[in-house]
Amino acid sequence: MKTVFRPPHLLPLLPGFLPCSVLAAYNFTFPEPVTPIARETLHIHNEFMLIITTLFVVVFAIMIYSMIKHRKSVGHPAARFTGPRGALQWFWVAVPFAILLFIDFVLMGIPAVQAIFSMEDTKTRADLVLKVTGMQWKWQYEYPEAGVRFTSTLATPRQQIANGEAKGEHYLLEVDNPVVLPVGKKVRVLLTSLDVIHTWWVPQFGVKRDAIPGFLRETWLLIEQPGIYRGQCAELCGKDHGFMPVVVHAVPEAEYLAWLETKKSAAKAAAGGAERAWSKDELLAAGKEVYAKQCVACHQANGQGLPPAFPPLAGSTVVNTPLFGMDGKPAHDSHVDRVMNGKANTAMQAFRNTLSDVELAAVITYERNSFGNTRGDMVQPAQIKALR
Amino acid sequence: MSQHASQARGHYFIPPPSLYPVILAGGLFFLALGFIQAINGYAAGRWVMLGGAAIIVYVLFGWFGKVIYESRSGAYRDWEDVSFRYGMVWFIASEVMFFAAFFGALFYLRVIAVPELGNMASAHGTSLWPEFAGTWPSSGPHGNPFTPMGAWGIPAINTSLLLSSGVTVTWAHWGLLAERRRQLVLGLAATVLLGMAFIGFQAYEYHHAYTELGLTMGAGAYGATFFMLTGFHGFHVTLGTIMLSVILLRSLNGHFDAQRHFAFEGVAWYWHFVDVVWLLLFVFVYWV
Amino acid sequence: MSTTTTHPASDLHAYQPGGIMRWLTTTNHKDIGTLYLSFSLLMFFLGGAMILAVRAELFQPGLQLMQPEFFNQLIGIHALVMIFGALMPAATGFANWMLPLMLGAPDMALPRLNNWSFWLLPPAAFLLTLPFGLALFGIGDGALATGWTFYAPLSVQGGMGVDFAIFAVHILGISSIMGSINIIVTIFNMRAPGMTLMKMPLFAWGWLITAFMLIATLPVLAGAVTMLLTDRHFGTHFFAAAGGGDPILFQHLFWFFGHPEVYILLLPVWGLMPHVLSTFSRKPAYGHNAQVYSFIVIGLLSVVVWAHHFFTAGLPVPALIYFMFSTMAISLPLAVLFFCWIATMWKGAMSFETPMLFAVGFIVLFGIAGLTGLILADVAADAQYHHSYFVVAHFHYALFAGGIMGVMTGVYYWLPKWTGHMYSERLGKLHFWLTVVSFNLTFIPQFFLGLAGMPRRIPDYALQFAEFNAISTLGAFVLGFSQLLFAWNIWSCIRRGPRVENRAWEGATGLEWELSSPPPHHSWETQPVVK
Ligand code: HEA
Ligand code: HEA
Ligand code: HEC
Ligand code: CUA
Ligand SMILES: [Cu+2]
Repeated sequence: MKTVFRPPHLLPLLPGFLPCSVLAAYNFTFPEPVTPIARETLHIHNEFMLIITTLFVVVFAIMIYSMIKHRKSVGHPAARFTGPRGALQWFWVAVPFAILLFIDFVLMGIPAVQAIFSMEDTKTRADLVLKVTGMQWKWQYEYPEAGVRFTSTLATPRQQIANGEAKGEHYLLEVDNPVVLPVGKKVRVLLTSLDVIHTWWVPQFGVKRDAIPGFLRETWLLIEQPGIYRGQCAELCGKDHGFMPVVVHAVPEAEYLAWLETKKSAAKAAAGGAERAWSKDELLAAGKEVYAKQCVACHQANGQGLPPAFPPLAGSTVVNTPLFGMDGKPAHDSHVDRVMNGKANTAMQAFRNTLSDVELAAVITYERNSFGNTRGDMVQPAQIKALR
Repeated sequence: MSQHASQARGHYFIPPPSLYPVILAGGLFFLALGFIQAINGYAAGRWVMLGGAAIIVYVLFGWFGKVIYESRSGAYRDWEDVSFRYGMVWFIASEVMFFAAFFGALFYLRVIAVPELGNMASAHGTSLWPEFAGTWPSSGPHGNPFTPMGAWGIPAINTSLLLSSGVTVTWAHWGLLAERRRQLVLGLAATVLLGMAFIGFQAYEYHHAYTELGLTMGAGAYGATFFMLTGFHGFHVTLGTIMLSVILLRSLNGHFDAQRHFAFEGVAWYWHFVDVVWLLLFVFVYWV
Repeated sequence: MSTTTTHPASDLHAYQPGGIMRWLTTTNHKDIGTLYLSFSLLMFFLGGAMILAVRAELFQPGLQLMQPEFFNQLIGIHALVMIFGALMPAATGFANWMLPLMLGAPDMALPRLNNWSFWLLPPAAFLLTLPFGLALFGIGDGALATGWTFYAPLSVQGGMGVDFAIFAVHILGISSIMGSINIIVTIFNMRAPGMTLMKMPLFAWGWLITAFMLIATLPVLAGAVTMLLTDRHFGTHFFAAAGGGDPILFQHLFWFFGHPEVYILLLPVWGLMPHVLSTFSRKPAYGHNAQVYSFIVIGLLSVVVWAHHFFTAGLPVPALIYFMFSTMAISLPLAVLFFCWIATMWKGAMSFETPMLFAVGFIVLFGIAGLTGLILADVAADAQYHHSYFVVAHFHYALFAGGIMGVMTGVYYWLPKWTGHMYSERLGKLHFWLTVVSFNLTFIPQFFLGLAGMPRRIPDYALQFAEFNAISTLGAFVLGFSQLLFAWNIWSCIRRGPRVENRAWEGATGLEWELSSPPPHHSWETQPVVK
């Protein structure tokens, strides 16, 4: 049991001593901040890193000094004290606690409280409101004042994820419809969710806030530089949690307004479509597109689903029963009901607020006539509109 | 059984190896497994559950029977007795925390969640539940209408039943301490009867709630907290009544004496605990 | 004191089965302790094997080995197996083995209950992992896929695996509560005459507070998962806004248990540290009473800080500030502990056998965990850290470097006492250095990943995270396979280690070292008297 202990043995421990902030290069700390909150959090983070690194070094320097000096093998005799004796020793015991109290509640506490107040200051002077709705596994963005609404899904091809082709530069951090926001404006962000909890996170904004089903949460951002900012959902939300990125285009205000106009007219055009009668082929073509965006994640491209969690649509009874009952209304648990209202406590979400009349009609028609389903019937956007 | 008082802490009774604990663990396993199967639509689950329950009942008879035998044969003296008492106290403490979870849920939903759901429109500028007022009692923005349970009908009767039963066990305990066996037996019998009456009234109350008030487990936050709190309480009353009946039977068979009757006291403590929980229920679930 | 007279045992004592029946039926604290510790080791390898599969998947961007569903199942079950299967049973195993020896008791106070506490564990572990097997036969869709935190409504929506996990938690909870009752009763009722509470060894104190915390918090977890069960199957709306419920309620309930749980995992280790440090510094523990008070303060504070796990959920400002400061306050009693540990070493005559190495490694690495925890408690900065790999790194410094390495400290320290044999120092030191180096290799990169913005619980990641993940995976494999040395060392110690004396370590003090190694069947048949 006799051991020779030589200090060089400590060398492998060294990586453990390397404080993070000293290597404050890219990748060792937060990405470059572009909002006031992000700058503040980075500042706080750096300050804290310095504090805890100092604590760490001081405390363990003392310990290591002792480990070198007070060893049996160098003949150090064991002392017998078991507690502080005398005023001087009590003083030396008290000092660290005074320091720690000061660090906790003054040095770290005061900036933190200030930061909290500024982070929670969502309601004053907001220039515009952005409503973010999380759902499995996409984000819906809504500009309530402008009446614009769209969903944003992962744009990385599944082939890249399955290693079938080379990965692009922004692998997993790219979407079909990025949010566009003006720089220099205070944006009040409202968050909610349709199914489970998601968390909207863009590291460069210093903003991370949960989207909770049935509740509204809020936060704010003021982006200072134009650019493309990327983030991810940060709360485990099921199978494709890793595949629901957030992409924000920050642009000058004029550009933003122009973009909003195009979105508005597109929305108008889409709403107009609900009035006319659609041919089956039109619906099938449109439905295929909607399906590929909104439904494949669960029901898969071939309609086979991933049972038992996600049922197949091919041969499904819901899909293969008549659309409307005797009274001309869709029966409870009918195809229309299921797609518009979803099913509680399952991953099948309500699409009534996500999809337009045309999209709903199209995707339902598509499902009834694909994957080997041969109902042959269709539903018109006008019929969906009448159900709202 | 009377020489124990004089014995110092010389020798602590270590029970011999026993197969009951393993079997009990196995019984619980099958009970859980069967239950999981049953609620997920596997019909066989019911039988697995039944098997598990049968094993558990078997063990309870065997294990407690053995404990009673050991107790009767004088294996437990003062030292062991203290262990049992501490054990029972901390077991009841854990039960208190179990109820605390459900009371916590009740307070949280009532004081924080429901008002927040109701205020959402004014607080955030855009509304998720525009029509919802957020007042208690509530079954939530999409809940079915229901009538909450009033405090002064059956609940008040049940309160008096449980309070009197607390008195009757204590009276029985006095009887035991004074070696008045008749008082012991009568007191226990009265307690058991009061407990059974309580359960009967509660069953009636549930029936009434489901059939006439629209008050079900599914009646939102109110229904969920109402049925989980009163339900777990009722379950504890049932257990307590069964335990009291066992004590009654043992008393009839001449078990217990004025010095050594941990089983009686443990059950009585349990009964008082159930009583206190009821008072909290009466105040926070039914009354205010 | 060290001689034990065989008491004229009652005839009930005659039955002593051998073979498997010995283990199934035992009421002996040492046998039960051995069962707990063996179970713990098994679960450690099981949980580790699961996460090695995860790390392999994370070696490179893209999905190589598994689908996201399976990935989500692995991480959650890894955590539950490690926490409830490896760490808690290890600590309970220590308590079973050591408390009667340290307190001068013949056995635990409630031996049959003790056996039950242990034998509840295998069925629970089986329930937890069974869904993996069932899924192979096409039944259900695998194990719990919500992470170990069960957050509603994801867990309301989940498959049958959630129900299995709920009942596993129930059974584990019963086991821990029964174990805690036993420990409290043993400590209160079985101490040797003259051993006042303040004279009681710190290990027993650590466990006493742990047991109180378990009794206070585990029933709340049981309640929470029960509500989850009724929300899933019986139509209640505890966590659904449509019925007036709130998903955040689940988080409050879970973390009311979950935060104290992290101290439940570490208090037994903090209790054992002073014994080891004092033994190898050949000097009495510094600040015995101060440590006792710190344990008590930690226990009290632990149940009032829970909401620091969901600062981003949108709590009101006063709540944020309160939970931030109360969380930070925990650094004070912990600083007392660190101070006492270092002061115990100060001016000692230290030698560095394997337990001491692990103890020192524990102090340094757990220091990193604690200090990073301190900054996580800051609401503003936590907006960036929360649910990123920074948190994953923080808690592995606490759980692996604090918990598992603490347990290893105890195992090396007490193994000679338990078995009567000495393990191989050479292998032990090798194990230590491999563990420390590869552990840091695994988890330091995760701090940087988190800062750079990598969320946790994702099976695939953006290209900028590739290098650090590759390093982390390499580290994890070295770390994992180094643990085989540990198992091997224990095995060969039992089989052919050299015999040791009663006092296996030169500087060891305490009642436990006065009994033979291994101790007699009924540890202290006659209680020693402590002056
Ligand atoms: C054993 C496990 C353990 C321990 C001990 C701790 C200890 C602490 N933890 Fe940790 N923590 C976890 C396990 C643990 N944690 C886990 C598992 C999670 C994630 C759960 C999940 O989401 O899955 C987590 C997450 C977590 C979060 C949430 C992060 C997030 O999700 O956003 C926070 C936030 O406050 C936190 C804080 C702390 C604090 C303040 C301590 C404190 O107790 C630390 C106190 C210690 C010190 C402060 C060091 C002491 C002092 C010195 C070294 C010397 C200084 C001395 C002198 C001046 C003399 N932890
Ligand atoms: C006590 C607790 C504990 C312990 C000891 C560990 C140990 C380890 N953990 Fe664990 N971990 C958690 C608790 C713990 N973890 C928790 C609570 C979470 C959060 C889960 C959640 O998000 O819900 C987590 C999550 C977690 C993640 C994040 C997953 C994600 O968010 O996507 C990662 C990633 O690297 C990780 C890695 C590791 C590694 C490399 C080890 C290593 O220390 C493991 C060492 C390896 C071995 C011991 C394996 C030995 C096996 C062999 C050599 C094979 C032989 C096999 C047989 C004989 C069967 N863990
Ligand atoms: C997040 C996962 C998810 C997405 C996205 C999704 N579904 Fe579903 N869907 C489900 C689940 C889960 C069910 C099963 C519900 C149940 O248990 O009855 C389901 C059921 C259905 C059913 C009934 C099938 C049956 O036999 O019960 C239809 C029809 C359906 N979905 C259509 C759609 C359409 C159309 C879309 C896209 C616009 C869509 N789903 C998108 C998860 C999803
Ligand atoms: Cu949405 Cu994770
Ligand atoms: Cu915590």
